Amino acid sequence: MDLDYSPQEHAFRDEARAWLAANLPVDLREKVIAYDELTREDLLRWHRILARQGWIAPAWPKEWGGTDWTAVQRYIFEEECGYAGAPPLIPFGLAMCAPVLLRFGSAAQKQRFLPRIYHGEDFWCQGYSEPGAGSDLASLKTRAVRQGEHYVVNGQKTWTTLAHYADWIFCLVRTGSADDKKQEGISFLLIDMKTPGITVRPLVLMDGGHEVNEVFFDDVKVPAENLVHEENKGWTVAKYLLGHERMNTARIGTSRRELERLKEFAATQVKDGKPLTADPRFRDKLTRLEVELMALSITNLRFLDQLRGGKPPGAEVSMLKIRGTEIQQMLTELMMQAAGPYAQPFRRVGAYEGFDAFLAGLAPRYANFRKTSIYAGSNEIQRNIIAKMSLGL
Amino acid sequence: MNFDLTEEQQLLAESVRRFVAQDYGFEARKRILASDEGWSPQAWRTIAELGLTALPLPTEHGGFGGGAVDLMAVMEAFGEALVVEPYLATLTCSRLVARAGSAEQQAAILPRVADGQAKLAFAYLEDGARYDLRHVNVRATPQDGRWSLRGTKRVVLHAPMADRLVVSARGPRGTALFLVDRPGAVNAYRTVDGMRAADVMLDGTPAELLGGEDDALPAIEDAIDFATALVCAEAVGAMRSANAATLEYLKTRKQFGVPIGAFQALQHRMVDMVITLEQARSMASLACTEVDGHGQAASRRRIVSAAKIKIADACRHISQESVQLHGGMGMTDELKVSHTFRRLTMIAQQFGDADHHLERFASA
Repeated sequence: MDLDYSPQEHAFRDEARAWLAANLPVDLREKVIAYDELTREDLLRWHRILARQGWIAPAWPKEWGGTDWTAVQRYIFEEECGYAGAPPLIPFGLAMCAPVLLRFGSAAQKQRFLPRIYHGEDFWCQGYSEPGAGSDLASLKTRAVRQGEHYVVNGQKTWTTLAHYADWIFCLVRTGSADDKKQEGISFLLIDMKTPGITVRPLVLMDGGHEVNEVFFDDVKVPAENLVHEENKGWTVAKYLLGHERMNTARIGTSRRELERLKEFAATQVKDGKPLTADPRFRDKLTRLEVELMALSITNLRFLDQLRGGKPPGAEVSMLKIRGTEIQQMLTELMMQAAGPYAQPFRRVGAYEGFDAFLAGLAPRYANFRKTSIYAGSNEIQRNIIAKMSLGL
Repeated sequence: MNFDLTEEQQLLAESVRRFVAQDYGFEARKRILASDEGWSPQAWRTIAELGLTALPLPTEHGGFGGGAVDLMAVMEAFGEALVVEPYLATLTCSRLVARAGSAEQQAAILPRVADGQAKLAFAYLEDGARYDLRHVNVRATPQDGRWSLRGTKRVVLHAPMADRLVVSARGPRGTALFLVDRPGAVNAYRTVDGMRAADVMLDGTPAELLGGEDDALPAIEDAIDFATALVCAEAVGAMRSANAATLEYLKTRKQFGVPIGAFQALQHRMVDMVITLEQARSMASLACTEVDGHGQAASRRRIVSAAKIKIADACRHISQESVQLHGGMGMTDELKVSHTFRRLTMIAQQFGDADHHLERFASA
């Protein structure tokens, strides 16, 4: 048994680390570390730097720009990016729409969309959830009716992350008859966000931030050529995509950086004249969190090792999502707790120059991270998946 | 990176699994527990014949030079079967002999351990010490080149059937280790998890100095960390057994006309037990790799304590949930799961509970 990377993998990690040190712009890194909101331009800037290097889409086939890295190398690179404080890569184009097009798209669709996704020319968002269709995704109601060379789309999507930045949205829409079983009669459509009849309305979350939206479709005309796979076969596409959505949710590199940050920050907070990290009550919570993260990084490597042996990813991914998000939430919670009474200030009124924006961001960040156990298949749905797929319950 | 067992380790794991399936089933174990001796000479002979007592010993003394990683599969299988033989205690003492003992002592003791003739127990716990290895009040006094020990050691696991004890005691130059053949009194009892242990009274008891008189604490700490890593692996086996029994019960026990595993409230609790086991397994592997490595003592302390924190929390979670999901049946002596519950509960505290290791992790 060997829990360490091979010499080649170590060399690859050193290469990735050195490249990140030289190419991750300092201002972007600082925004990430300070939990500042990243603009569309920030996200695309980092995307294009990676695209120029040829590392933006490691998992794609080589002919479309993939790197031919092993699963372990891809994991190492993701972990190094997270640890270095690189902006997140928005998955909707790279890791969701693209794999769908590669698997189900026509040659023309691939030619048209994949290079633009690769180079960061189109910003994508995901039109899945609806007011009445969350975990029960197949209950969706947005309808597309074929009229000549177009589909006419009416309905509403919700929780649409970064729709206000997006050029395109991929949508699940209902095309079948009312008698169909609910998983049948669903189609997968690509829709240009500039099409008349689309309205994006912000959903401000409890942290005061704007990342999700409602998207309304009012007689939106979509060219029929934007249908992916066959009409009424969208559920097959959706299931394929959900498998992709659950990859890399452990975010171990990012959590390692956050843990170090938490230790540094807590050491600057004073209790009884001593650093908060010397307080046994706080310290024990910190240690249990650190141990859980150590365990998860080994668990993650064990699963990667199984993948290398040819075993397809299954319910293990759900396990990583559950524990990974619990750790992320705990990190934000302890960070807020470490700030003590200074967690309460939120927004400055007037011209108070001494206002500490970093401290003021900690409680909102804690609030915001409650989303992680809800999105991408709630942690309860993940438990259902494990119960069914790996326990046979 | 490679989590697979080597071919040799796999073969060994298979033969150990065969052994426990044939000779150490739940009924066989019950008979061993009920016997006067509280251990099985026949099972011990097989353990030795399989090479398990020789496995971690140095090759020059009849061993195979293996490490904790080689022992993981053995400990997991023993954990699954709830083996009560003095295996871990013997290995812990052998490590002390191999690392602290003189060449003559190693040559005299280790080959006898390897071939199954000598069973050893480690007497190190004392009143007022809890899990602190530095707290040693048994006195060692030299006179005319001979040593004698005075004081009391508590909860010495497997002392009643041990051929020799290794005892920590305070001599003129600090804590040292001693070999004791015939203690003043051995007040034996059964443990809650089916083993035999004793409080050992030393009343001027003759003893043989093991190695030198100088500080033996680093060797003691190393041996206890080694044993802790192994008990983590044992816990993984016991937890796997508890999870398997619970899953089976969820699928077969019917209420309201359906298997109770159809209820989401129970499904989610079962899933959490599975996740806990995977995380615990990761930490057990990490600890075993660490004690086999050539890292610094500080790194070893940190990793072993981290593992024991996770294992202690996991033992508690899985033992409690396995009984709860079995309902009333989980409470009965009749079902193995209640025995696994007892062993897991004690493993959580063996070599230090979570609080002890939280403290140690922070100071490492």
